[in-house]
Amino acid sequence: MIDQTFVDLSRWQFAAVAMYHFLFVPLTLGLSWILVIMESVYVMTGKEVYRDMSRFWTKLFAINFALGVTTGLTMEFQFGTNWAYYSHYVGDVFGAPLAIEGLMAFFLESTFVGLLLLGRDRLTKVKYLGVVFMTALGTNLSALWILVANGWMQNPVGAEFSAETMRMEMTDFWAVLFNPVAQVKFIHTVAAGYVTASMFVIGISAWYILKGRDLAFAKRSFAVAAGFGLASALSVIVLGDESGYELGDVQKMKLAAIEAEWHTQQAPANFNVIALPDQENRTNRFEIQIPWAMGLIATRSLDKEVPGITELVAKNEIRVRSGITAYATLEKLRAGDKSEATRSLFDQHKRDLGYGLLLKRYVEDPAKASEEQIKKAAWDSVPYVPYLFWSFRIMVGLGFAMLGMFGLSFYLLARGRLEQNRWLLHLLVWSIPLPWLACELGWFVAEYGRQPWAIGEVLPTFLATSALTTTDIITSMAAYLVFYSVLLAIEMYLMFRFARLGPSSLHTGRYHHERGAPMTARFQPAE
Amino acid sequence: MLDYETLKLVWWVLVGVLLIGFAIADGMDMGVGMLLPFLGKNDAERRVIINTVGPHWDGNQVWLITAGGAIFAAWPAVYAAAFSGFYLAMLLVLVALFFRPVGFDYRSKLENPKWRNAWDWGLFVGGLVPALIFGVAFGNLLQGVPFHLDRFLKPHFEGSFIWALLPLLNPFALLAGAISVAMLALHGALWLQMRADTVIADRARSAIGSLGLVVPAAFALGGIWLWLGIDGYRIVSEPAHSALPNPLAKEVVRAAGAWFDIYAKLPVAMLLPITGLLMPLAARQLSRAGRPGIGFVASSLGMTGIIGTAGAAMFPFLLPSSTQPNASLTVWDAASSHLTLKIMFFAVLIFLPIVLAYTLWAYRAMWGRVTLAQIEANKHSAY
Ligand code: HDD
Ligand code: HEM
Ligand code: HEM
Repeated sequence: MIDQTFVDLSRWQFAAVAMYHFLFVPLTLGLSWILVIMESVYVMTGKEVYRDMSRFWTKLFAINFALGVTTGLTMEFQFGTNWAYYSHYVGDVFGAPLAIEGLMAFFLESTFVGLLLLGRDRLTKVKYLGVVFMTALGTNLSALWILVANGWMQNPVGAEFSAETMRMEMTDFWAVLFNPVAQVKFIHTVAAGYVTASMFVIGISAWYILKGRDLAFAKRSFAVAAGFGLASALSVIVLGDESGYELGDVQKMKLAAIEAEWHTQQAPANFNVIALPDQENRTNRFEIQIPWAMGLIATRSLDKEVPGITELVAKNEIRVRSGITAYATLEKLRAGDKSEATRSLFDQHKRDLGYGLLLKRYVEDPAKASEEQIKKAAWDSVPYVPYLFWSFRIMVGLGFAMLGMFGLSFYLLARGRLEQNRWLLHLLVWSIPLPWLACELGWFVAEYGRQPWAIGEVLPTFLATSALTTTDIITSMAAYLVFYSVLLAIEMYLMFRFARLGPSSLHTGRYHHERGAPMTARFQPAE
Repeated sequence: MLDYETLKLVWWVLVGVLLIGFAIADGMDMGVGMLLPFLGKNDAERRVIINTVGPHWDGNQVWLITAGGAIFAAWPAVYAAAFSGFYLAMLLVLVALFFRPVGFDYRSKLENPKWRNAWDWGLFVGGLVPALIFGVAFGNLLQGVPFHLDRFLKPHFEGSFIWALLPLLNPFALLAGAISVAMLALHGALWLQMRADTVIADRARSAIGSLGLVVPAAFALGGIWLWLGIDGYRIVSEPAHSALPNPLAKEVVRAAGAWFDIYAKLPVAMLLPITGLLMPLAARQLSRAGRPGIGFVASSLGMTGIIGTAGAAMFPFLLPSSTQPNASLTVWDAASSHLTLKIMFFAVLIFLPIVLAYTLWAYRAMWGRVTLAQIEANKHSAY
């Protein structure tokens, strides 16, 4: 039978390593473009300060990048090590974008990042700019392909189950590539990365301005980040809204759960700004609503309904029943039954095979499921609402808050009144962690909201695991957590150290710690 | 032309190319990592060594990542069974690999000698452990892996945790591990002789004197052992090669000498072990003659021969099962669908030449000996 502890540990492990990976990813995605901007300005104007900016932020980029690679390595093999049945079941479709990611993106970013870090003196200005650009392109292409893979898990298009090979097989590569979910996810996620990097640069620059250090350097960095951040924050919000719209189309259950909509409302549906969802009694204990708003967001219309959780479960119950037939006929086919009748019955029901598999949590043979188990399986298709509801709202709140900060920074900078508004500078410094929080919550919404499915409506998570023991998982989990945490501590130490040093770490002799001010032992830079 | 059977075969070659590419490219940095604490006597010398591979190790590592992705895409069943089966071994590989990105990038960021020394050993581990484990894994593949498939094709293993790890470390597998370590160390030493300051190049040259003998000797020993002491696997009956993949439809037996069947069927395959034996010796001679560049090419060919020998010996097996031989995974029945193989074939056809082109460009841009003087002059920007 299914060992729920084992499944939970496997899920925890994936969640943990993925979330560690995504601590480093967004900064790489965004900072690489900020470097492109700075380097381009340097090439165009020839002003030294832009070269110094590019060189300094490259140092911080490198510190982050190293851990992006470290944590990414684990991810590449995590599907095989911990999700072996998943790998068998969908590898035919899911493996392709992963392999293309390696060929098209990782080679590009990794080959050029070496030159980005060590090749400046060997290349002409323009060639070096090309190198920076190629690195940025590579990182962003890698996001594209991995999100094509992830988008397919959410919305498995362009593939069909084959009873002969007992797995999903690709039928249409273009459908996988142009999966609407993947498209909106890609744009929202890279935009989130741009916001993250902008917040990082603007926050650190604000700190230099507060300290009155290296002002020419700091203000130019500030300006680049404010402009880039404003544009990115706008896109992240617009495209987040687009993600919501896409959910209304393909992941209705996730949307209903995010909105804590227990019952279908009359169109256009109201939007719960705040509510206290109560999973047990399947209702909200308290809600503040904006009339019509959800109908508008999710359907872009005034007359289409947004189905509620209870109604969706009722539909899923029908699919669970159909899935029982699918499973039973699949067993016959696997046992060698070649009759036309079995085949056509299977084809009729195979869309619902995944729902039949949901029953395997309760019975070995879904055909023997009781009424009560069928009902339970149908309700299993609902993720835990309160977590989703709140994670989503915090992410959105942070999005608007950051938009406000970038907007104001941009405005005050343009009006030359930045230094008079020290509160804003302080706020920016303290806000540096916010985009990371928003990103992690976003992934939580996307991934936890996908439960109970590993592959939407196709493969339940609890069936997707490897045949390992809890000891195996605990051992590897402990190893990853210990190593990652130690490495993260080292990374943060270096990051703080070099951020504090600022451009003095370049040893040009032009910056704060090198001019007159005696260097304290603490600021004795190695590099 | 690109019928299903042909594509299955083509993919065997392509995965082989990626794995050999990994050995040649990243094997070089791993070899350099293994030699680092011994050939570099002080901080400046070690920085020279690190900077010979500094701009390239990350791109090189992508050969491994891409090989992983390609196995996932082309042989999902192998990706599933192998990585979950070798679970703890894989964990060790990954943890060892963690030391590299951080080792390269953080080592010279602080002056503290303890810090730098610690990372040097980290780079050593990051080179040695993966090389050893990959070799051990090949040794185990040749002996068969204890797994079976249930009727829904989920892989299961005999034993778990440490009890699954220990038997992997049997003498034959350890010999395979030693071949792998020696081969990469030789390769790394040739690189250092070619690219590092002459002080280090000289030390590398004397290391090559012994490594260049150890590799062919260990390889020959492995061959004899395989011939005399290890049963191979042989397919007795199977569905058509173009059939839909079903790993449970064939019949397989264990048989002494089965791993040498290939040479009867296809005598040119003899070229692989011959290359594997002779090229490391050639590399050694070239190194003595002061031609480490050509020696590096010879060593690359030698690794192609050695890895190719193991792959060809097992063909068409990818993952033979010792507990349910019929469930062994082969080129014919572990493959992806026809469409996926086709798409991925074109993806490789388009992107691999592009990758090779810019990789060569990147090496050219950074070419030249890394000297102690250069490190001194760039002590704040070099690795
Ligand atoms: C939206 C972006 C994104 C997402 C969702 C992921 N990654 Fe990632 N990954 C990147 C964006 C990225 C990057 C920006 O390209 C990284 C991060 C920092 C870096 O160094 O490159 C990277 C590095 C990175 C590396 C190291 C590449 C190298 O050596 O240069 C590997 C092997 C992976 N990732 C694999 C994965 C896998 C298997 C994922 C999914 C399960 C995954 N990543 C999620
Ligand atoms: C890097 C950003 C990502 C983060 C932060 C993230 C986060 C999470 C979280 C929180 C879970 C646990 C969900 C749960 O079990 O409740 C999870 C599970 C999972 N995610 Fe992601 N995820 C990320 C990217 C991806 C991508 C890109 C893929 C696939 C291409 C993916 C595939 C999976 C799989 C296979 C599981 C385990 C099975 C499951 O629980 O459904 N994740 N992830
Ligand atoms: C008003 C603002 C925002 C809205 C309406 C919004 C909407 C969404 C939605 C609906 C999802 C879930 C997509 C899915 O389940 O497939 C999501 C995911 C995500 N969000 Fe947001 N979001 C907003 C702001 C932000 C901000 C500010 C960040 C980070 C800086 C962010 C980062 C993410 C990430 C990383 C994901 C996971 C990847 C994905 O599924 O696209 N979001 N967002």
